[in-house]
Amino acid sequence: MDADPIVKVRDVSMRYENGTHALNAVTLDIPKGNLVTLLGPSGCGKTSLLKIIAGLLKPSSGEIRINDRVTHAPGPDRALVFQDFALMPWANMMRNVAFGLELRGVPRAERHRIAQKYISEVGLTGFEEKYPHELSGGMRQRAGLARALAVNADVLMMDEPFSSVDEQMRRKLQEDLLALLRVEKKTVIFVTHSIEEAVYLSDRIVLLSRHPGRVMRIVDTGIDHNAAPEDIRRDPRYLDTVDDIWTSLKGYLN
Amino acid sequence: MLADVNQRAHVQVLGPELEQNALVDLPRVRSVGIIWWRILSFVLVFGAWEVAGRAPVSLAFPPFSAVAAALVGLTLDGELLRAYSDTLPPLLIGISLVSIGGVAAGIAMGLLRPVEWLFYPLLVVMQTAPMAAIIPLITQFYGVGAAAKVLAVVIVSMPLVVLNSYKGIRDTSTSLLEMCRSFMGSKWQEITKIILPSASAMIFAGLRLSISGGFIGIVLAELLITPTGIGDVISYNSSISHYAEMYAAIVSIVLLATFTLTLLQRLERRLFGAVPTFGQ
Repeated sequence: MDADPIVKVRDVSMRYENGTHALNAVTLDIPKGNLVTLLGPSGCGKTSLLKIIAGLLKPSSGEIRINDRVTHAPGPDRALVFQDFALMPWANMMRNVAFGLELRGVPRAERHRIAQKYISEVGLTGFEEKYPHELSGGMRQRAGLARALAVNADVLMMDEPFSSVDEQMRRKLQEDLLALLRVEKKTVIFVTHSIEEAVYLSDRIVLLSRHPGRVMRIVDTGIDHNAAPEDIRRDPRYLDTVDDIWTSLKGYLN
Repeated sequence: MLADVNQRAHVQVLGPELEQNALVDLPRVRSVGIIWWRILSFVLVFGAWEVAGRAPVSLAFPPFSAVAAALVGLTLDGELLRAYSDTLPPLLIGISLVSIGGVAAGIAMGLLRPVEWLFYPLLVVMQTAPMAAIIPLITQFYGVGAAAKVLAVVIVSMPLVVLNSYKGIRDTSTSLLEMCRSFMGSKWQEITKIILPSASAMIFAGLRLSISGGFIGIVLAELLITPTGIGDVISYNSSISHYAEMYAAIVSIVLLATFTLTLLQRLERRLFGAVPTFGQ
């Protein structure tokens, strides 16, 4: 349906060993350069779907295609940002950000040079020697984001990245993410349970229903993400889409 | 397009939060006060001991000053040195065996299911069993020589090291493991760069426990099976009613154990200095 989907999810079902039926025949296209959000109530399998696309989980059936190649494992074309940051507490911020490159065998000087660029992009310059416990929640997630950017993957996958920081910091991080994506042209798959966050950030929202997770609706927001943050939040399309999605989801909460 | 991205990439897009961590410099400020509290605690305990010893609670309970004098006496006439030259070698050998073998076994248990099934029940039994009851049995197989002492040390401290190392490996955060895999880390990288560093604090805690376990093992062995070394100094002086000397010998081993553990803790802090606790 789109000219250039970079990620194709085909008929993916997921049934865990304990019998939980997490996903049922999910088919999706992620257009290149878009920010696509998987949105739904808890238990809708959105994190499972993200992990399947990331190659961390094997689906019970169905397949994932990246750039039209079937994939079963993590690859250099995808990088993850974790809900709990997943920073190594024994490593300083620089080593954490450069860790993806370290695993790939990039020499120290080279990987630090690359990491430094992304550290400055996410606004953490000066904190390179700090350990994760010395950084605030927001700063930790910026480091997690810098680490994902540093491996220069085409697809950035973010699993509820801002859910463990407070509301004000979350808004700041959302605005900064949009600003960053104007510079780094990436395809982003974003998981959240916040409707406002989804509508504010996304070009396209995939609504998932639960038990088992199925694609309920796909909403293209049509919002211009180059606009100023306050303009986006006042855009009638933003407000209408939030309402619209809330109406769709409300029925599933009982 | 690409050139444009690279050019603009150096522009700082995000701004840092301004919260700085104020906790970093606190411990140094506080530690000055802590020293005085510690000294006070020693003064109180030794003072109470002195008073109780002079009361006297029992003839077998000498005052602190007599014990301190006996400690100096035992040290000066070489008695303690002779005793520890019997006590320390088997302790060191036992601890070394446990440190190498126990850590290796614990790591293997944490990484490999079959090894876990093989060792886990045995270790749990070993850890819960009252070792003092088992130690006399050692004599039947290994006599009363140094080998028996080494074995006593190993039996008491081994489960602590193995179980701690095993738990340390198993407690590795799943999200860090997923992170490593998602950035295409190999199994070997996963072990060396994530699992072992994350387990190292627990492994070290196990080693520390093993040293206190080792001291328990060696003293039990010397009291129960082979009357040599510091255990002999304790039981001999008790049998001839030299209670000050007996207490002095006990104090000496307590001091030695405390000193060794403090040293290890220092080393640990040196190695992992900047990070207060792992895990979270």
